[in-house]
Amino acid sequence: MLSASLRATALLLVLCCLVYPALVTGIAQVALPETANGSLVRAEDGAVIGSSLIGQAFRSPGYLQGRPSAAGAGYDAAASSGSNLGMTSQKLADRRAATEAALLAQNPAAPGPVPELLLTASGSGLDPELPPAAALWQAPRIAAARGVDVARIRAVIDELTVGRDLGFLGEPRVNVLAVNLALDRRFPEAR
Amino acid sequence: MDANGWFQIWSFAAIVLAFAFPVGLWLHRVMEEHDAPVGGALRRAEVLGYRLIGVDPSREMSFREYTGSVLTFSAVGLIFTFVVLRFQSHLPFNPQGFGDLSWHLALNTAVSFTTNTNWQSYAGESTLSYFSQAVGLVFHNFTSAAVGLAVAMAVARGLTRVDRAGTLGNFWRDLLRAHLYVFLPLSFVYALVLVTGGTPQTWSAYVHARTLEGADQLLAVGPVASQVAIKMLGTNGGGFFNANAAHPFEDPSPWINLVQMVSIFLIPAGLVHTYGRMSRNVKNGYAILGSMFGLFLVLTGACYAAEAGWLGGLGNWEGKESRFGMAASSLFAGVTTSASCGAVNGMHDSFTPLGGLIPAVNILLGEVVFGGVGAGLYGVLVMVVLSVFLAGLMVGRTPELLGKKIEVREMTLAAVYILVFPIFVLIPAGSASVADWGVSSLNNAGPHGWTELLYAFTSATGNNGSAFAGLNANTPWYDTLLAISMFFGRFAMMVPALAIAGNLAAKRAVAPGPGTFPTDGALFTGLLASVIVIVGALTFFPVLALGPIAEHVSLATRY
Repeated sequence: MLSASLRATALLLVLCCLVYPALVTGIAQVALPETANGSLVRAEDGAVIGSSLIGQAFRSPGYLQGRPSAAGAGYDAAASSGSNLGMTSQKLADRRAATEAALLAQNPAAPGPVPELLLTASGSGLDPELPPAAALWQAPRIAAARGVDVARIRAVIDELTVGRDLGFLGEPRVNVLAVNLALDRRFPEAR
Repeated sequence: MDANGWFQIWSFAAIVLAFAFPVGLWLHRVMEEHDAPVGGALRRAEVLGYRLIGVDPSREMSFREYTGSVLTFSAVGLIFTFVVLRFQSHLPFNPQGFGDLSWHLALNTAVSFTTNTNWQSYAGESTLSYFSQAVGLVFHNFTSAAVGLAVAMAVARGLTRVDRAGTLGNFWRDLLRAHLYVFLPLSFVYALVLVTGGTPQTWSAYVHARTLEGADQLLAVGPVASQVAIKMLGTNGGGFFNANAAHPFEDPSPWINLVQMVSIFLIPAGLVHTYGRMSRNVKNGYAILGSMFGLFLVLTGACYAAEAGWLGGLGNWEGKESRFGMAASSLFAGVTTSASCGAVNGMHDSFTPLGGLIPAVNILLGEVVFGGVGAGLYGVLVMVVLSVFLAGLMVGRTPELLGKKIEVREMTLAAVYILVFPIFVLIPAGSASVADWGVSSLNNAGPHGWTELLYAFTSATGNNGSAFAGLNANTPWYDTLLAISMFFGRFAMMVPALAIAGNLAAKRAVAPGPGTFPTDGALFTGLLASVIVIVGALTFFPVLALGPIAEHVSLATRY
């Protein structure tokens, strides 16, 4: 029994931990190098700006900002995490109140109350996206910072909004980094 | 709640149902028929495999020999992974230069993956080298699933065979065939699908990025797709990253999310159909599948209602990803906890009190609503034995299952099986709640803190692996006690199930008479579902009242 166990372990190690990952990596790297290497977004000089799938912290008023993040010190892409705070947690209530106050101060012209998504931390802390309503809410601030008409900011967000997958899966959303890249491209002079 | 959300849940159920039949057929072909299901290179690999292992695949094993082989093989893998983790800094493929794991974390993790639990006291991307992940852990992602499948087949054989030889098949044949014809080819295709969706697959080091605002960001990547594929198919659930399937690299989009949920249920649902075929009456399988779907839809629906807000509202977004939303997050929670997978795409710790109650209840039902690969089937078959026993008591006849008499020995073993859960959940959770080492690890206070603690031992004993992740479990006490719960939650339930099968395999099957309780109709579906609920839920109702239910009441009185 022991001999068979040892031999089976060795055989399955070769199959599952050598042949299998080597084949997958080989094919993925040749056929799908973009995604296999992390869907990296590069500047014109080739420097890596980020990944289209990984959220980033944006602080300037001229950029669209993502959700609060509990990953490391915020959007630490090597330390993914949610807040893991429950609804009865005082820590959560305090954090929400602080975030809300800060957002209201930064967005004096924003329409209506702060969207729920901008007050809640995502599960990964790396959520790269926002629902369109939470992005449009920030449009007046971005427009003011960039000195352009708010309708043009809204147009950028609308254009980059994607619907539910196959029409019914998940939620409509817009990628924060994609919006910010588009903003810099179209309104480069002002930020 | 909205119609689109319910539509997502119902269409998921329809897809799983559609796959159960062909997958069950294929598993029957692979595991039960003498000839290999496909010829060519795979067949030659299979023959060569038996020669390398040094076994004769046609030699039938008794209960003792089968169980001994399972335990020996699992022990070898456990020790191997413990050594890999303990010495990872001396091993290759460690571009981030991570150090060795402490003895208790290495022990906890090795037991966790050997038992198909994949409880994670560590954060993958900041603790483990690529070698530890892809070799130390992925080995168990495959083999623990294959062992579960093998044992489920052995138990089903014991119940259904009529040759009275008392044998349960050949473990090495089951193990190798499960790998060659099920897990390896499926994972290979699946991993590539994941890469098309955005999951990385590289051995290069983490990538440095400089954001538009000039800040630095270190992007953790790695051989993620190959690990995530088998993590889902094998109902393992141990993520490459700390945030598991909430991490956009593991689960990048809603359609990939759907594929992942279906892949969790694929084999557990198919196996029930396989059992039906083995029992020479597919309706036996459908009756079980009916109980599973019924319980699953009721519980998942309740979770969705709790998270989305009973009466409208925006829903509870803390800990959820914007691409998934309420329905896809609640559905994932229902799938991963009823199937003993343990992957999460939203943080259960931040669910509403009643929304978080559902995952706990799913596990406490005994992981038999679909359940883990194999473990779900042999678990539900023990519940089937219990159900026909209760039915026999009610009508005053000797209980029998598929024509075989259920007697004292079978019921004793079933009782042992049922007692494992309360013992290894309640004793350690109760102890931790009154000890300094226990409460100092909590992230939340009050009833929610107790839920974190209770959930940890529930998840460990149920071999689920999901967590109320605020609990800091990487301490010597928690690591060790959780490892004990995981170990007995796997093997102290597997061995009695095999023993029942070994016993029944030697019994004579009599033709059904007027006193036989039918196991293939709607009546049995209802009875089985009731037994699962009574055995699972009632045992744990008092401790759940102290946790999520108390928290819900306190929340309701606050507003």
